[in-house]
Amino acid sequence: MPVFEVHGKQYEVDEDGFLENPEIWNEDVARDFATTEGVEGLTDGHWKVINYLRSYYLQYGIAPMIRKLCKETGFKLNEIYDMFPSGPAKGACKLAGLPKPTGCV
Amino acid sequence: MADNGKPKTELLDQLETGPWPSFVTEIKKAREGSPVCDDLLGQLELSYQEKKGHWKHGGIVGVLGYGGGVIGRYSDIPEQFPNVAHFHTIRVNQPSGWFYTSDAIRTLCDIWERHGSGLTNMHGSTGDIIFLGTRTNELEPTFKELTEAGFDLGGSGSSMRTPSCCLGQARCEWACYDSMKLCYDLTMAYQDELHRPPFPYKFKIKCAACPNDCVASIARADLSIIGTWKDDIQQDDAAVAAYAAGGLNIQKDVCDRCPTRCMDWDGATLTINNRECVRCMHCINAMPKALAPGKERGATILIGSKAPIVQGALLSSVLIPFIPADELLETVKELIGRVWEFWDEYGKNRERIGELIQRVGMANFLDAIGLDPAPEMISAPRDNPYVFFQTKSESNGN
Ligand code: HEM
Ligand code: HEM
Ligand code: SF4
Ligand code: SF4
Repeated sequence: MPVFEVHGKQYEVDEDGFLENPEIWNEDVARDFATTEGVEGLTDGHWKVINYLRSYYLQYGIAPMIRKLCKETGFKLNEIYDMFPSGPAKGACKLAGLPKPTGCV
Repeated sequence: MADNGKPKTELLDQLETGPWPSFVTEIKKAREGSPVCDDLLGQLELSYQEKKGHWKHGGIVGVLGYGGGVIGRYSDIPEQFPNVAHFHTIRVNQPSGWFYTSDAIRTLCDIWERHGSGLTNMHGSTGDIIFLGTRTNELEPTFKELTEAGFDLGGSGSSMRTPSCCLGQARCEWACYDSMKLCYDLTMAYQDELHRPPFPYKFKIKCAACPNDCVASIARADLSIIGTWKDDIQQDDAAVAAYAAGGLNIQKDVCDRCPTRCMDWDGATLTINNRECVRCMHCINAMPKALAPGKERGATILIGSKAPIVQGALLSSVLIPFIPADELLETVKELIGRVWEFWDEYGKNRERIGELIQRVGMANFLDAIGLDPAPEMISAPRDNPYVFFQTKSESNGN
């Protein structure tokens, strides 16, 4: 099991760096993982996306479709990439502590 | 890093014995200087022995700014095969019609030998240049070198996939429109949709400049743009006579194979009832010097084909029977906009546009994107009992 070390803390992650135990998520986790995804400082916009992903995941057990994410947060897809340069699936979901979104290529 | 050296590949070796080119042979050739190849063969041999795949399902890796273009892959036995612990695939946008200078190909291969396994697939079924196998930390450096050399990543995941086209007017006299230009223009018009997956699922566009459909767009593209003509087949009677004199059996090999039997050969003159011609290209392929597509050229737009993954295979259905060549780009863009809007609104996760159309019905789909039904949309008269006229169009007809 790979371990991600940051600020003296250790997180168990999968090979793509997603949190292995989504239950242990808290806001510090988002701040800690921001460093791996090219995110410089978390703004209100970042939190809006993270909190939406988080609550959707807690309710449905999966990540929402992109269209829904944009609609519900009011951000255009480009704006989400501006905030999370590695994209909604790899970047935003990782900071929100969701398990790796699955699916085929 | 541990090196396993040359693996025993008794089962894989059998794959080299057939009459066809073999990927095993090619990978073995690439061994020198690439320790990845030995582990790749070793792991595959093991899979054949155990009848069990050893690639983990999916991975999410990429380059900053893009949501697609890299397909993550990991071995599930990395201790045993450390050189393929990561084996990510990079899709690189191919040039229209797959034209390269040898310099460009060398540049691509050099980049890939520096940063990956050196193994390529020229080209993948979507059309992209496929770079097979690298590690996560090599992704950004590869991307940097690619963009410096003028290349960009292709699409993957729920994005518009890299559009592809036949070589069209560059080399082919049958081209009814400039497929290479249309493919390029569409690629540039939808850079966002290509690099930042916005859809319920993948969306493929393929441009073939005549009904021979050398890119098999009718079977593999959500949107197929296939060249065709509206007027009569161009016919050179002297050349027809020359074919006959040269031994071509025009009755048996041309007329009898016309799907609509709309050709007549009386031993001296060939008569085509162009009204009944379905533009299948057979007669033109058989007598290229005598027959050619008409002069009023353009394309048919079809929608909905896909290979069988979630549901069964589908072929594309006609959406717009004919668009003149010079109006193609504008019309296709307008159409794509409407189709995407509908799909975005009603498509379920991982539902291709063709499946959505099946679910809601072609009539409702046409209504939603604002197109009128046309007879060309069905392959044979009255073979679909589920198409109804809208009340609206009935009353308009009176
Ligand atoms: C219990 C009696 C009948 C049943 C269950 C029946 C059933 C059907 C069905 C399921 C179709 C296919 C519909 C379609 O593809 O759209 C059909 C077509 C047809 N039936 Fe019948 N049918 C019956 C009696 C008749 C009779 C008595 C006639 C003529 C006198 C007839 C003439 C036709 C014709 C001409 C078609 C082709 C229609 C077309 O091409 O659109 N049927 N029938
Ligand atoms: C409980 C009774 C019946 C059931 C459940 C049934 C069901 C079906 C189904 C599912 C189809 C295929 C439709 C499709 O193409 O998707 C079909 C086709 C057809 N049925 Fe029936 N059917 C029944 C009775 C009958 C009877 C009694 C007749 C004729 C006397 C009949 C004549 C036909 C014909 C001609 C077709 C072919 C339609 C075509 O080619 O489009 N059916 N039926
Ligand atoms: S699809 Fe038609 S125009 Fe394009 S290369 Fe093939 S034969 Fe030529
Ligand atoms: S193109 Fe096909 S349908 Fe048309 S006349 Fe030739 S063989 Fe017949």
